[in-house]
Amino acid sequence: MTRTEFWQGNIACAEGALAAGCTFFGGYPITPSTEVAEHMAAKLPKRGGTFVQMEDEIGSIAAVIGASWTGARAMTSTSGPGFSLMMENIGFAAMTETPCVIVNIQRGGPSTGQPTMAAAGDMMQCRFGSHGDYSVIALCPASVQEMYELTVKAFNLSERFRVPVFLMADEIVGHMRERIDVPDSVERVDRVPLEKGTLPFSAGKTGVPGFPAFGKGYGVHVTGLTHDERGYPCATSPKLHEELVLRLVRKVEDARHEIADYEIVNPDAEQVFISYGAPARSVGQVLHDLGNENVGHLRLKTVWPFPEGILRKFPDAKEFLVPELNLGQIAREIERYVDQPVKQLPKLGGDLHTPAELKAALGGLK
Amino acid sequence: MSYFDWFREDRLPTIYCAGCGNGTVINCTLSAIDEVGWKREETVFVSGIGCSSRASGYIAADSLHTTHGRALAFATGVKLANPDLNIVVFTGDGDLAAIGGNHFIHACRRNIDLTVVCMNNQIYGMTGGQGSPTTPRGALSTTTPYGAAEQPFDLAELAIAAGANYVSRWTSYHVKELTKSVRAGLETPGFSMIEVMTQCPTNYGRRNKFKQVADQIEYMKTHAMLRKKYDTLLEKGEPIPEGAIVIGEFARRSRPAMGVRRAA
Repeated sequence: MTRTEFWQGNIACAEGALAAGCTFFGGYPITPSTEVAEHMAAKLPKRGGTFVQMEDEIGSIAAVIGASWTGARAMTSTSGPGFSLMMENIGFAAMTETPCVIVNIQRGGPSTGQPTMAAAGDMMQCRFGSHGDYSVIALCPASVQEMYELTVKAFNLSERFRVPVFLMADEIVGHMRERIDVPDSVERVDRVPLEKGTLPFSAGKTGVPGFPAFGKGYGVHVTGLTHDERGYPCATSPKLHEELVLRLVRKVEDARHEIADYEIVNPDAEQVFISYGAPARSVGQVLHDLGNENVGHLRLKTVWPFPEGILRKFPDAKEFLVPELNLGQIAREIERYVDQPVKQLPKLGGDLHTPAELKAALGGLK
Repeated sequence: MSYFDWFREDRLPTIYCAGCGNGTVINCTLSAIDEVGWKREETVFVSGIGCSSRASGYIAADSLHTTHGRALAFATGVKLANPDLNIVVFTGDGDLAAIGGNHFIHACRRNIDLTVVCMNNQIYGMTGGQGSPTTPRGALSTTTPYGAAEQPFDLAELAIAAGANYVSRWTSYHVKELTKSVRAGLETPGFSMIEVMTQCPTNYGRRNKFKQVADQIEYMKTHAMLRKKYDTLLEKGEPIPEGAIVIGEFARRSRPAMGVRRAA
């Protein structure tokens, strides 16, 4: 059963988190993400959860990681400048394999930039922003409905793979209001507890070790230093370091096609738009207006790990067109995998691509 | 049980240099924990980065060795998510007062129910002896080769002003008093800060005229002055001896606290 609501994207995100069983939110006010924190501040205490406004975004993600080690499903939300501040501890979460959800309602950057305008300029930062090699999962909602659904999904992926999962939304999707169907309950995947007698960072076939929550008698040592399967620091063995980092990367990358979430329209088209986030809506309008099957659309809901196998689902494609609210961050990723020309359609400043601009980009081939 | 039962024996020996004061502080802390009867499965040790912060890895309990300066923010998350856990944070002067200064004052302000043991050796020991926010004026370090020019922080006063319920300062010479004080900190609801002046022979002592480890311990012994005596001298307008280390219990109060264990 579902009920119908008329919600703002950020509220849908917070409601999705609550439905997914989030019991801890640590955050710091920042436009245009603040409504997520405000909603959690109002709702969490009544459900026995914990909301804490930390002294900055460094503290917010730190508190979230600390809470996660007690077994809590924990999250934070932020935007550009706050996201930059979180980078060091995001690396800590990746290294210590801490499940956590980080919502980034993207705004124009660099620096303070455009606090109230949409952008997607942090797509590479969420993948590579902390130092060292690691891998993460990033989801991109294009509607209020998906702000809810992908937040739920973010928690489940984070629990399953024990990685930070990013909900990479933008100001448009975060602040728009539209109809949403809210389910009575949602699927819930929980982290697998560590089997007693197993070393805490021994991963087995899945590459994901069992979780030894604090307070359960495991006596686990958790460190951001390179560590062995016991969790003990061992920072000078080249072999151990390489094995650990490769496992952290592979547990996500090897599952990329399973994690992939996307929508395909007109797979036989010769010209194919590839989009994620708010620009997907302009593309949708173009396809609606044109009403022919020669223009296709691949809408990515998962951007990281990049699901490159899906690009082969357009066998007749002669050209890919990539409208983005940045200077081509994901278009370059697509170029790595396809032989066809990739037309970058970057747009900065906070406005969406208009359908007319996208139609013009189709040019003579239309 | 004794304090020794808390050690993760397969990780010994520690990385600490011969003559380091940190081992003494860890022993005193574990003795106090043993005295109050905390259970290992209900106790979490959190630390940041630096020599002091390696302590968490030598203890056979759940422990979180975090990023530089952020131990208190991580510990806040652990404690608020599960108030039934007892939390001890090991940190040092660089970790707590420089890079972690903001988290420090806000953890005091929240008066969150945990105990901080700060090993103040007045130097960045692990990175090779750079000046810290508590390096005394004039002291030599690799980044103050002409003597430290800046005024040092008084960490205990900072904690009091920021709202901590329990604040004390001792030295690694004052083993019995320190153990008693850590115990008082563990038993006081709210934020407890025990600052411990410790010797770092490798990176502080040898650059600052302490030829032997014992010289610096002797210095702490002879220059330590109880808060009561210090206050009396101030009242009478008498001069405070140069290099005096004011020690004792500075605050024990019952302001509203966060994250206090739920009643059984």
